[in-house]
Amino acid sequence: MKKFLFIISKSACGVPVQEALDQIMSAAAFDQAVSLLFIDDGVFQIKKNQRPDDLGLKATTAIFEALEIYDVNAFYAETESLEQRGLSTQDFCLPVKLLARSQIAAFIKQHERILPG
Amino acid sequence: MKFTLQINSSPTAGQNGFYAYRFVCELIAAGHQVIRIFFYKEGIYHGYRYSTPPDDELNFSRLWSALSKEHAIDLVICVSAAQRRGLLHPDEAQRQGKLDNDLAEGFRISGLGQMIEASLLADRLIVFP
Repeated sequence: MKKFLFIISKSACGVPVQEALDQIMSAAAFDQAVSLLFIDDGVFQIKKNQRPDDLGLKATTAIFEALEIYDVNAFYAETESLEQRGLSTQDFCLPVKLLARSQIAAFIKQHERILPG
Repeated sequence: MKFTLQINSSPTAGQNGFYAYRFVCELIAAGHQVIRIFFYKEGIYHGYRYSTPPDDELNFSRLWSALSKEHAIDLVICVSAAQRRGLLHPDEAQRQGKLDNDLAEGFRISGLGQMIEASLLADRLIVFP
């Protein structure tokens, strides 16, 4: 088993996030240890109370929430990214652990397979 | 050392596709083993059979095909990313009631599991975003 880390740094909806989720679920389906790190605008991906249906988009926060079925439950977000966007952990649909920017490099190094989300 | 690559960018949207190709050439020249190259997201545009750039520009489909032929490199295009972007091989096209044959020589179509598997077999996974 390898430690996979997916770094989600963009807020883009639709295909970009779907393709990230597909790869996350594939790694989990191979029984790998999968963690997700949300940084920069990527933190918006898990913001509560989105209304994607209004725009004909799929509710991808529901897929993030369902990752637990795949034993993916290690979620991290960068403190500074939240602060800069006026967000707190209560705004998220997932229980995230916060990491300071100064901790991010060491955190990434703990993983063996690192992929952009 | 054993490498697996994932290429997420198209040959035309930026330089990363070009860097990926050059990187693979250098890996081979240095005697490393390339387990698999997985084309995902916009990276699937490397595998179009009918890409026809002007003669004085690089034709990535042909470059990859030649590299695959010479060094038996496993070039895998993600099936779902390909279908989203209209790259169909004959089997898939027929299944969808369409007539198409877009896949360049030396490439094959498969799923994300192939990428995860190859990343586990490799010493290094390199992603070209």
